Amino acid sequence: MEIPAARDPVSAAREVFGDAILRVKEFRGETTIVVEALRLPEVLDYLRVSAGLVYNMLSDVSAVDYHPQDYGAGFSGDYRPERFAVSYHILSMLYNRRLRVKAFAAEADPRLPTATVVWPSANWLEREIADMMGIVFEGHPDPRRLLMPDDWYGHPHRRDYPLGKETVAFSFNEAEISKHKPFASD
Amino acid sequence: MAVATQEGSVEAQRRWEGSLDHLRGLVSERAVTGETMLLNMGPHHPSTHGVLRLLLELDGEQIVTCLPDIGFLHTGIEKSIEDKSYEKALPLTDRMDYLSPMSNNMAYAAAVEKLLDLDVPERGQLIRVVCLELARCASHLVWLGTHAIDMGAMSVLLYAFRERERILGMFEMLSGQRMMGSYIRPGGVWRDVPDDFLPTLKGFLNDFPAKVDDYEALLTQNPIWKDRAQGVGVIEPDVALAFGMTGPALRGSGVNWDLRKAQPYSGYETYDFSVPLGEHGDVYDRYLIRIQEFRESMKILGQAAARLETVKGPYRSQNNKYCPPLRSELGQSMEAVIHHFKLWTYGYDAPDDEIYSAIESPRGEIGCYIHGTGANKPRRVHFKTPSFMHISALPVVSRGYLLADMVAIIGSVDIVLGDCDR
Repeated sequence: MEIPAARDPVSAAREVFGDAILRVKEFRGETTIVVEALRLPEVLDYLRVSAGLVYNMLSDVSAVDYHPQDYGAGFSGDYRPERFAVSYHILSMLYNRRLRVKAFAAEADPRLPTATVVWPSANWLEREIADMMGIVFEGHPDPRRLLMPDDWYGHPHRRDYPLGKETVAFSFNEAEISKHKPFASD
Repeated sequence: MAVATQEGSVEAQRRWEGSLDHLRGLVSERAVTGETMLLNMGPHHPSTHGVLRLLLELDGEQIVTCLPDIGFLHTGIEKSIEDKSYEKALPLTDRMDYLSPMSNNMAYAAAVEKLLDLDVPERGQLIRVVCLELARCASHLVWLGTHAIDMGAMSVLLYAFRERERILGMFEMLSGQRMMGSYIRPGGVWRDVPDDFLPTLKGFLNDFPAKVDDYEALLTQNPIWKDRAQGVGVIEPDVALAFGMTGPALRGSGVNWDLRKAQPYSGYETYDFSVPLGEHGDVYDRYLIRIQEFRESMKILGQAAARLETVKGPYRSQNNKYCPPLRSELGQSMEAVIHHFKLWTYGYDAPDDEIYSAIESPRGEIGCYIHGTGANKPRRVHFKTPSFMHISALPVVSRGYLLADMVAIIGSVDIVLGDCDR
């Protein structure tokens, strides 16, 4: 079987999705494309199935929180319109290369469409982010918490969630602890 | 999702104890009506290899579905790293996959080096390869012992741990610690190998192949072992890819993907070794692959041991902005003292940008995502770990097999819960 020649993922995605590709960045040999949040699953699916691209494995999904000030209109560096960003690291085994597809989610109501329909492996990776970063993945088949207990308050990986000094919560002191953590609530 | 009020948490507790409403859609309707049985396995079941809880839906003895529940070993490593300078965060990575801490060190160190654009000298890379392959053997030995004991072969564990002890002894020689060595660091390794390391390594390389033959004599043609393992837990290649499985679990299904070959790091491209592949994707094939990986690791270690004698030079980067100067320089050079002080108090700045770097651990691909802040602490560090992906695939892999096979399947995908929960 003849393997189709590798295509440049950036130009291929630009051709199909046009304005939905908001930014392209290169750093240390890694390509990042920032896409419009609502079209994320579409872009990922296109990159997965198209000849010459075939990003057939989802390596990782990771989220980052630009709190307190490294985002928005006042920030002069990199392109960061919103507080939260989720990166999908996809891998093409055939062409042996990786790509990062990134989408931003607003602080007020962080929401992204789920990529579980494209990759089953996104299921748990997104659940972890929903749990730890508090980003809601719309259409996710199993939106329960993954690592933290079901009744945990807040999302520990947010930058405004304090590190350490946590009292161990038991049923007898739970109410007392939650009183001191208004910042960590949903 | 999280319930924010006190009443909410009571409500959540009642739901967990009293009804199946929260599982609707996750288990079949037959479980809700009581036609099939829901069985809790773990978190303290010995063959869940740590603290993994599985909620199994059983039709008789057959598994209809399983819902893995993880997080019991969640230690907030990623969060803790956000408050440490890059070098000081390294010991935390040891504690993730506690059966091969060296691989975690390497994953983190490689990511930091990529973020800083830092080169590692040849001898440093060489010592790293020795450590990584020894770690692979040590990790596979624990896997072999526990997997065998899960399946009823009691004696293999003792033999496997006997050999593992020799490897841990070598790690102690290198780093002063048997397990949590923090030996591989950004820029190279902590120190050069001691003089008596090489003879010890050679002695081990001399003895170990015969030991692997012994394990094989106990298991490979053992009819009970074959009955338990063959045709059980078959993972189709497309399922393995869809669920992001890597390492022996993916290669057991016949997918030729090993990051040491595909995207070489630490000079793996200069070693002569092959990547064993399976055909059927069952428990038995994954067993065979790991046994062959012992032999391939021996090949690599043999070549590396020969090079240790000839390749001399620095074992960590000479760039003193990122790596500490030699202790011997501290008495003579003011600049060295300044570098030393700056490194151990403040650390170093890394760019406000993101990278992802991955290595092949004994279990599969450990990926490390780092987003810097431009200062000395990272904004976000995320580890993609093979155990996490493998457990997420368990519901699909175990469907339709018997309850007793579940133990074999868990063992064969080789999970470590510290690796999964981080």
